[in-house]
Amino acid sequence: MYVAVKGGERAIDASLEMLARERRGDTSVPELSIEQIEQQMSLAVDRVMAEGSLRDRKLAALAIKQARGDLVEAIFLLRAYRTTLPRFGFSEPVDTAAMQVSRRISAAFKDVPGGQLLGPTFDYTHRLLDFGLMTAAPRPGVSSAPMPGAAAGPEQPPMPHVSDILGHDGLIEAEPSHGAEPGDITRDPPSFPVDRSTRLQALSRGDEGFLLALGYSTQRGYGNNHPFAGEIRFGEVAIAFVPPELGFEVEIGDVELTECQMINQFRGRGDEPPRFTRGYGLVFGHGERKAMAMALVDRALRARELGEEPGSPAQDEEFVLSHADNVDASGFVQHLKLPHYVDFQAELLAVRDLREKAKVRGAGE
Amino acid sequence: MSLERPIEARQEWMGVLARASREQLERCWHETSTDAPFVELKPPETGLVMVRARSGGNGPQFNMGEMTVTRCILRGPHGVLGHAYVAGRDHRHARLAAAFDALLQLPEHRAAIMDRVVAPLAAEQRRRRAARWAAASRTKVEFLTVAREAG
Repeated sequence: MYVAVKGGERAIDASLEMLARERRGDTSVPELSIEQIEQQMSLAVDRVMAEGSLRDRKLAALAIKQARGDLVEAIFLLRAYRTTLPRFGFSEPVDTAAMQVSRRISAAFKDVPGGQLLGPTFDYTHRLLDFGLMTAAPRPGVSSAPMPGAAAGPEQPPMPHVSDILGHDGLIEAEPSHGAEPGDITRDPPSFPVDRSTRLQALSRGDEGFLLALGYSTQRGYGNNHPFAGEIRFGEVAIAFVPPELGFEVEIGDVELTECQMINQFRGRGDEPPRFTRGYGLVFGHGERKAMAMALVDRALRARELGEEPGSPAQDEEFVLSHADNVDASGFVQHLKLPHYVDFQAELLAVRDLREKAKVRGAGE
Repeated sequence: MSLERPIEARQEWMGVLARASREQLERCWHETSTDAPFVELKPPETGLVMVRARSGGNGPQFNMGEMTVTRCILRGPHGVLGHAYVAGRDHRHARLAAAFDALLQLPEHRAAIMDRVVAPLAAEQRRRRAARWAAASRTKVEFLTVAREAG
């Protein structure tokens, strides 16, 4: 049965107008600037960059403003924007051991070279609402000006990875020294099974909520791998790129990253002595919960490679990778809002027909 | 910066120019007040660089995510080519960085621009790093072990 689906144009225009009004809210309240979002909603900006898989603070802030604070919508906007840009190439691999850290902790070793730096963290807050923030007012000790004398002080000492310290004694599995050309899910849709490079790319841009729940499920026994937070660090790393026309490496800027190295369940196999195994998390911006969840899920997805019997959702590569992307997920769930009038008419006819037949059968008995 | 190793010297100043802000470069350009002619061989263009990382920090590479980058190539005096690749989408930043890169390759300009532009910007970037470290190092944990007294 044909059902007309035209005729919505005027309604759509009015809906867009209404959306713009709702976005702005009460016009007697000053409008948010992109700079305010970038500076004061910085962790929202970080999440949008991480899951939008595009590092650009200003664009992420704009996307958050446009999306009225709906971060998954903002992520979608960023993903759509990136498709309009040409790709110049690939960076040299980042050296996270050389990160200029703002935070660096280890839950496995108390004394790590370079020390444990708490940095800016919610961990030691009491999680009580701070009513002092209800009003905008200068706060003692809060200023973006550097502390007096700080700029003349020393630069950061070397901050080696905790896992490398274990690695010297062979107590943790070594990463293979090189691999094949890494997969790129923005160019080639994953075809299962995939290698770890493809998994790490998908996890780094995967939905935080989904990965958090999966990571949590491993801790609760669905594919447990006995994790320790070997190291978590957040800070800036230099990005180096080799322009083909120059043929040598140039640094194009610094990017904020959060890295988590999980130290997991040890195992020995055959002639190999027992050693710890690894899970790895790395995301744009300051996203500690996400980096930790990613490391848990990365380790869980290595089950088969490490000779474990995969039986839990977090160990199922196809399940995890096919559902980790919130732009994909949101699109497919929300497409149910689109007109399905014809499909539904067909179902309706089928149900009516079946009911009719059942009635006839019932009357015949 | 050594002139015997021209590539290393150039890498260093290109990194400094990329990290500088557009406002800083604008000010430096104004102070340089050169009337050297420039032709845009490749006008500023914004694109993406896929950031690569290594599993475990030192293992095989993977593609982590992309970043916006703007590039520009200018032809300066005596046909010298100035290149810029800078993070972000600021066309003016890339153009100014490319112009300085061209002038820095010319012996008659190099010393002055190193002194008045690159060295002060590099010093400011060093100060910024030191200030960040000073702030982070204040949050360093000094563990104390409490030992039971004998007796």
